[in-house]
Amino acid sequence: MTGRKLVAVSAGLSQPSSTRLLADQLAAATGAEASRLGIQLSTSAVDLRDHAHDLTNHLLTGFPSAQLKPIIDAVAAADGLIAVTPIFNASYSGLFKLFFDVIGDTALVDKPVLIGATGGTARHSLALEHALRPMFAYLRAVVVPTAVFAAPEDWAGGGGRGGSGAGAAAGGGAAAGGGAAAGGALRGRIQRAARELAGQINLREPATAPDPFALSTSFEELLAGD
Amino acid sequence: MQFGIFTVSDITTDPTNGRTPAEAERIKAVVAIARKAEEVGLDVFALGEHHNPPFFSSSPTTTLAYIAGQTDRLLLSTATTLITTNDPVKIAEDYAMLQHLADGRVDLMMGRGNTGPVYPWFGQDIRNGIALAIENYALLRRLWREDVVDWEGRFRTPLQSFTSTPRPLDGIPPFVWHGSIRSPEIAEQAAYYGDGFFANHIFWPASHTQRMVALYRQRFEHYGHGSADQAIVGLGGQVFMRKNSQEAVREFRPYFDNAPVYGHGPSLEEFTSQTPLTVGSPQQVIDRTLGFREYVGDYQRQLFLLDHAGLPLKTVLEQLDLLGEEVVPVLRKEFDALRPAHVPEAPTHASLKLKAAAR
Repeated sequence: MTGRKLVAVSAGLSQPSSTRLLADQLAAATGAEASRLGIQLSTSAVDLRDHAHDLTNHLLTGFPSAQLKPIIDAVAAADGLIAVTPIFNASYSGLFKLFFDVIGDTALVDKPVLIGATGGTARHSLALEHALRPMFAYLRAVVVPTAVFAAPEDWAGGGGRGGSGAGAAAGGGAAAGGGAAAGGALRGRIQRAARELAGQINLREPATAPDPFALSTSFEELLAGD
Repeated sequence: MQFGIFTVSDITTDPTNGRTPAEAERIKAVVAIARKAEEVGLDVFALGEHHNPPFFSSSPTTTLAYIAGQTDRLLLSTATTLITTNDPVKIAEDYAMLQHLADGRVDLMMGRGNTGPVYPWFGQDIRNGIALAIENYALLRRLWREDVVDWEGRFRTPLQSFTSTPRPLDGIPPFVWHGSIRSPEIAEQAAYYGDGFFANHIFWPASHTQRMVALYRQRFEHYGHGSADQAIVGLGGQVFMRKNSQEAVREFRPYFDNAPVYGHGPSLEEFTSQTPLTVGSPQQVIDRTLGFREYVGDYQRQLFLLDHAGLPLKTVLEQLDLLGEEVVPVLRKEFDALRPAHVPEAPTHASLKLKAAAR
């Protein structure tokens, strides 16, 4: 087994947060899919709420605090990223955007990313496609085809943890009950997305974070105007 | 070791009373600050260059020449000279002229400027910032070192049989520092030529400064100018002092909270822990400044920023009294005691002249 790093970023605000819950389930499913490919994924969870003040300060001062810096470094050095936001006003939340605004324009280049969102109604679900996906495309991340949206009915839908991925996906489970576990259709989407993310991680060499202080050209080349 | 002050020449409203100094008042205040720096025993006064409000210092050699006429000992420098948007020919002429008028009490710190709209006002483009800094400085060096220059490059019209006048005083070009916050190319440039490297240091975490200075030192040695610990390093610093540390914090807080650079962001306490800003007693400033040496090594020049964010002239002059009377004498003694004999002082006109005579 080779060791790789996965970071699951959640912009959920409440405690407990359904956004965090979705991020955790995506991370767990990705870990399971990765281990099938012979990859041992170590996952770290980031709640942006814990860094809200530091993120604003970073925007104003141009550098991260000592608490925020390791979070940004961990995302830049991750082999895969799960990014989940609540949908506010038909887009990602301001807190979510703030994090990706300060992360640096090379941090996500060629990085496999799985995007997810939660919302009060399934009518918000396409925000993943028209808001999150273009932002990550701009950052030159590799966003897996399946984006996962969880509406209230998804958490209510049964399906249970025992069902097979394919079966649950086809089931479209909208049954009542179940509590805070992903319902059948959601489970299927989670597993499909996790499989895609693990597959992309498996295609790549282990990630290394770019060093902003590294010299990329010799002085002779600089003098020659190259 | 050299100690001094640098100013960015901002005209900022005093947040405690809403008063904004007129341009004439602020310009004269900066001259008074420079004279006071000499009076309290500091070595260096460095003036910024900007071409947009709220800054006044568009013409640094005019100001520095005027200060030179009113001082005897003070070394006049820049923080920074815009090597990107100024014509290197004009820099060569202006600063050689200043050198003659100031009897050699001149050096320069090169910087790029990070305000995009300024570049096209001078026919340039910020996207060429590094390339401009490299090409223009290469030409500037030749203009000071060769009597007749034929030159062709990417960014200005070619020169044929051009002689920059006046020639540098005693045939010795001013010493040059290269200032940068986090561009490794500039540390490399300073190392390549064996010039000084000045880390702005203020407003940024110490880790940036540490990385940049380490890179510069390593490359200085690589290019054969001496061992890494003999490279010429300068640092910025920002302080506000009162006899008693609580008083310093209380008085400085409104200036901090409303400052143009970091205001309305982190608290004073957060920022002092994250950056070299020190607000407290003279002893706290001494302790903090001595600590810089632990992550950059023995260095040659320490400049403090004292006069920004709308602080009134009277307060700045009081800061200079504290700096000159209580802080710098202790720092001189302590740094000198710590520095090994093989680590040189920053070059001056006098030391470069001696060195040239010895050749």
